[in-house]
Amino acid sequence: MKKNYGTIYSLPLSVWLAFFFIGPTLIIFLYSFLKKSPFGGVERSFSLDAFAFLFNPTVLQIAWMTLYISIAVAVITLFLALPTAYFMAKSRYKDSLLLFIIIPFWVNFLIRIYAWIAILGNNGFINNFLIQTGLVSDNFQFLYNPYAVVLITVYTYLPYAILPLYSTIEKFDFGLLEASKDLGATHFQGLKKIFIPGIKSGIYTAFLFTFIPALGSYAVPQLVGGTSSMMLGNVIAREIIITRNFPLASAISLILSLLTIIGILVFMKKNENEKKAVK
Amino acid sequence: MKEKKKISFVFFIFTLLFFYLPLLVLVIYSFNEGKTMKWTGFSFHWYEELFTRSKELWNAFENSIIIALLSSLASTVIGTLGAIGIYWYRFRHKKLIQTVSYLPLMLPDIIIGISLLIFFAGIGLNLSLTTIFIAHTTFNIPYVLFILIARLQEFDYSVIEASYDLGAKEKDTLLKIILPIIKPGIIAGFLMAMTLSLDDFVITFFVSGPGSSTLPLHIFSMIRFGVSPVINALAVILIAATAFLALLSKNMQKYIYQS
Repeated sequence: MKKNYGTIYSLPLSVWLAFFFIGPTLIIFLYSFLKKSPFGGVERSFSLDAFAFLFNPTVLQIAWMTLYISIAVAVITLFLALPTAYFMAKSRYKDSLLLFIIIPFWVNFLIRIYAWIAILGNNGFINNFLIQTGLVSDNFQFLYNPYAVVLITVYTYLPYAILPLYSTIEKFDFGLLEASKDLGATHFQGLKKIFIPGIKSGIYTAFLFTFIPALGSYAVPQLVGGTSSMMLGNVIAREIIITRNFPLASAISLILSLLTIIGILVFMKKNENEKKAVK
Repeated sequence: MKEKKKISFVFFIFTLLFFYLPLLVLVIYSFNEGKTMKWTGFSFHWYEELFTRSKELWNAFENSIIIALLSSLASTVIGTLGAIGIYWYRFRHKKLIQTVSYLPLMLPDIIIGISLLIFFAGIGLNLSLTTIFIAHTTFNIPYVLFILIARLQEFDYSVIEASYDLGAKEKDTLLKIILPIIKPGIIAGFLMAMTLSLDDFVITFFVSGPGSSTLPLHIFSMIRFGVSPVINALAVILIAATAFLALLSKNMQKYIYQS
């Protein structure tokens, strides 16, 4: 094995990432400490204006809403995904069931959002149905509130949670549950003390795979959320496209990235400790 | 145990219905004669509209295919070489490169999108299909790397040592030994990158310029104006294509979801 080939093989990778990932990330970091220029760019002078603006009550309220929606999404997704993944992992037709779950996951993301607009929209399927049957006389607004954002985000992210849960449950040794029963544990005790701890890493992964993309949501709240359910992603986009306040958009992105990275590090640490504890 | 199975079965059925009912509604209403979600009669009208009078949509589709092919190719080459380097060799900053490579996988899409947008604006590169290509290659690289490293883990290194012992040069070893063995992983990585590229909306939204629309961007602009039966018809075509490809690549799952 000659020593230099490793560098040569990974050279395109390092160069590409340095230019198009590290470079842009550093620019965001830099811009968040600069002053906004009146013409939409930045001025080369140090300023903490962008960070000060983060404590503005409207921004704080949107940050709170983002957190609230993301937690709701992750919890509801987990609640649906856990039994679903359990059933799949214990089924005789695992492979086919897995395919059934993956197919909707591969249908274009926007089409999946659109399907809900077609159903719940003001001129949608349900409203048409309700009016035709005479149950209501006027259109009911199902969309444009935080609940719609949560529902549709759950719909788009559910497979992200099912897949990691499925693969951990599949590896779980169900003999352990039977052993606990033989030793006198009730069904519920077995679940709580053996099964759930046994698939903990899958639960963490599923939570993270839904919580983190939800934090950065843009398309769903933009299309089906109202002004009351604006999320940080929408603020970033607004500051970039409309207000052209690059420092503020950068500062929000920076905070969101830091939160994400801290979340992942905590998760990895926990997972490692878990593995050590098992050994 | 019996009872638990019953509960999980109910959940499973609920999840399936939750997944498929909305799509089913789209399928049914794509054959609706009227323009709204009110059933007025059976017709192929919207398919006709989709295939004969939606020039912009097909332009966007063409762009999507070009970007997907090129960015998947670029990210597969970069990712495969990177995976070989990272998995088999020891060199300076190896751990750092590996960690940084996985970061784009974890950061929310919108952050990658706007950081690239600000970067392109900063270096004075106009937004076009080129910037979309760069963005897609960037977010595809970690996935390819991930799949390829998983594939390399199943690979017996002694084969390569044997090749060196028999006097093969590095180039011959790469082309005649390594690449043929990891070919299934390379194909899986390429297809994964294609899927992600075709599906991406958020990142593309920020790095696209005037005249460089992709299919998801075009769908977005149509959705903003509410229900459109042409999207229903398009959705049916896309769902059918997806299901077809999923069945075709069923044996690829191993590399994608269990690695």
